[in-house]
Parts: sequence; C-alpha cells; structure tokens
Amino acid sequence: MSESTVADTRRLNSKPQDLTDAYGPPSNFLEIDVYDPQTIGVGRNRFTTYEVRMRTNLPIFKLKESCVRRRYSDFEWLKNELERDSKIVVPPLPGKALKRQLPFRGDEGIFEESFIEERRVGLEQFINRIAGHPLAQNERCLHMFLQEESIDRNYIPGKMLLQD
Amino acid sequence: MSFFGFGQSAELDIVISDAETRRTAEHKTEDGKKDKYLVFYDGETVSGKVTVTLKTPGKRLEHYGIKLEFVGQIELYYDRGNRHEFVSLVKDLAHAGELSCSQTFDFEFAHVEKPYESYTGQNVKLRYFLRATLGRRLNDITKENEIVVHTLCTYPELNSSLKMEVGIEDCLHIEFEYNKSKYHLKDVIVGKIYFLLVRIKIKHMEIDIIKRETTGSGPSVYHENDTIAKYEIMDGAPVRGESIPIRLFLAGYELAPTMKDINKKFSVRYYLNLVLIDEEERRYFKQQEITLWRKGDIVKRSMSQQATIAAQRFEGSRAANSSAKEDSS
Repeated sequence: MSESTVADTRRLNSKPQDLTDAYGPPSNFLEIDVYDPQTIGVGRNRFTTYEVRMRTNLPIFKLKESCVRRRYSDFEWLKNELERDSKIVVPPLPGKALKRQLPFRGDEGIFEESFIEERRVGLEQFINRIAGHPLAQNERCLHMFLQEESIDRNYIPGKMLLQD
Repeated sequence: MSFFGFGQSAELDIVISDAETRRTAEHKTEDGKKDKYLVFYDGETVSGKVTVTLKTPGKRLEHYGIKLEFVGQIELYYDRGNRHEFVSLVKDLAHAGELSCSQTFDFEFAHVEKPYESYTGQNVKLRYFLRATLGRRLNDITKENEIVVHTLCTYPELNSSLKMEVGIEDCLHIEFEYNKSKYHLKDVIVGKIYFLLVRIKIKHMEIDIIKRETTGSGPSVYHENDTIAKYEIMDGAPVRGESIPIRLFLAGYELAPTMKDINKKFSVRYYLNLVLIDEEERRYFKQQEITLWRKGDIVKRSMSQQATIAAQRFEGSRAANSSAKEDSS
C-alpha cells in the first residue's frame, strides 16, 4: 500500500530558557587588550614592553581581572611552551624583524612607531586567539603569562586544576 | 560495451520488454557522468529481445552459439581483475550454427533475485547488466545493457530517537537530539541542540551529512569520506539554556540507502556531523551514524507489474533449453 503521509516536522519539545540565563552576562566573557607600548632603557639595551590587560568570567582563570607588562620575547616564550606541551597548533606571532635590528638604517628600526603599532596589533590577535583555546587554558604557562607579575622561566610546566 | 573487432560482421542489440512503462533513474557512472537506466526490484522478471543484425545481408554468419547472461557484479577499483559475480544467470539463445539473415530471440529471466542496490562509488562499483554474446572463432561479439536495481524497505518497527549529552569539560556541554535513527530518503531530520554550558565564543553551528564508503577487509581497509550536505542551523552566539531547532529535508540531497557489509566486500554508511565553529575558526564536532533506507512508494505498481510480466506469454519462443530457431517468429 503506497503511503503519502506528510512527514511530521514540528519542533521537538524543549525546556523553556531561564530568564537569568537569557538576559544575564554570557559565561564566555574573555577580553585581552595589548596596549600602551613603552620603550625602556637606552642605546643598544632598549626594549619595548606592552600592557596586557585581561578581563574574564571564565572560572578557569584565578583572577577575573589582571594587568601585566610583557615584551616580545615573553610572547615567544609562551608560544614555545605551548608548542612543546600542548597538542595545539599555535597561531603565528608577528615577525621577529631581524632586519630592523641591523645597523645603518635610516629609521628607528624596531622602535619605529609604525612598526611598534603593527607588532602590538599582531600580539593582541595572538593572545586573544590562544587564550580562548580550551586546551591552552589548561596550561600553567598561559596563566602565568597573563596573571602573574613576572614570568618565572624556571617554573615547572604542567596542567591547571580547576580552581573553585 | 560492444567489442569493436576487426571488421565486425554483425551487431547485437538487447531490448527490455517493458522499457516504455518501466521507471527510470539517473545513476552516476564511474567518471561522474549521469545516465538514465531502467529500474528493477528484487524478484522481478527481466525479459525482452536480443536482435542480431547482419552488417552485410546475404553473407552468412557462422557462430559458436548465442547466449544471454544476467549478471550482478561487484568490482573493486584497486582489484579490477577480480570481479565478483554474486548473480549469474545464462540463457542459451542459439546453438552453434549459421545465420543467413538478421534474427531476433526472445528471453525471460523469471523472478530474478537482485539482493543488493546498484552502487557506483569512489573505490567500488556494484552493477547489474545483461550481456549478449555471439561466439566466433577469433573474437566474440558482445553487447551489454545495464540496469539499475533499487532495494526497497518498509517503515522499520523500531526507530528510536538519538539523544546524547556531549562536550568538553568545563568549556562546552550540549545535548543533541534527532527524532529518529533510521530515515528514508525523502524524510525530514527533526531535532534540537540544547546548550547546557557555553564558555567558548561560538560563531555558528552547522550539520553535515557525511557518506563513508569502506572497502577491503582486515589490514587493508579503505575509508572514503564525502560530505554530501552542509546545512547551517545557527548563526550567532548561544547561551546556556538555549534550544536550537533542526529541520533538514533529505529529499534535496543525493542520498542512497545505507549498505552494510555487502557480500563482505564493502559498506556505505551515513553520519550526521554536528559542527560548532568558534570565533577563532576552531571546530568542535560530534558524529552520529544514521541509517538511510529507500521507501517503496510504488510498491503497489511494481507488484502489479510483476503479475503482468509473470502472466505474459511470449509468442513463438520456448523455454531456456530449446533448440535454436532458424526463422524469426
């Protein structure tokens, strides 16, 4: 017997959403700003630091707000730690700009304003991309980078245990 | 596939008797082209006529016999030498002799078993065809006529829904539900995704239909995945407690029934892949197998057709092992 019934396409029953969930702040709030570049030191021993400010409501981060100063080599350290210890494909950092560090340039090299701005943007993109990765959030190096005043390069690498 | 021998003296042609009224279906060939073929079902009789046309009338054609085979065959592309025939029927149309003029032979393969559906895939092909052969000293003359077989099912007795809670610890928890586990080819997938925990920044969510063809056995098993459909079901960031509905009409896609371990040679299975993509293009996914089946919406017609064919009497022809006829009826 041929059947020509129309399929039942009515929605499946679902629980109504709690209004505090619907209108409350989302549980995925994570914002990191890289700003205020400052060049410290004189002559050949100069280097640039950036302010890295994080605001979040993710329970895995101990502090809901943190503010630290980091330089490019600190970002490189973080990238290397993550590449070694986690299974993530780590996004690229803005370039090392070795050419800019050679002498006899007409400009300020790595202390050129436009270059610093370019680098700042790249570092901000990098840290936002990596901090939102669930596997990276499990690595102690990321938490130390974002929330501790200085990076202890002799630390013991490892995974985070969820802080309540 | 006619054999183009040196100066072929005759041409064979196979015509199926109810070609006018029989349903046709488009079927992909190995090189991706689509051709139309007559559709047959399991148990149906295959009957018709084979015509031998002499190229130069008047010139006698000597032959070692004319036969017609009905073949169901599985061919693995990486092992072409070993074509596996799971159905093989033969009718002798004429014993060795001479043809002085063009002639037509009737044939009937009654109630042929066609256990599997025709399938042309990436590493394997299952096909049914008629092959007429006129035996000669140096080169046989052959002609093939391919048909397509569809396997039909009725509504399954048990068809439970698929419901599961999955996620990444402390990051993302969802509960997905699909209304059935077995869908027919023109069915609708009705479901929902319920968000229990959202600590990542989701950009959108889609559902894909993936076909996986598995060939070979033991150590040499090949899987070929093909994404048949991609359907976005959510655009934007959900929060806890939200339910996203799914309504996916299968009729819009090129789907074929699930084939499990066909003659122990290959399988074709289908999966629903739920994919969530976050703002950094990271993908989170969950695959779930579904069973696809072909609904017999013309069961009535094919049964009456079967009755008609079974009741048919062929004028002037005799059963399989009759002696060769000199004159056409």
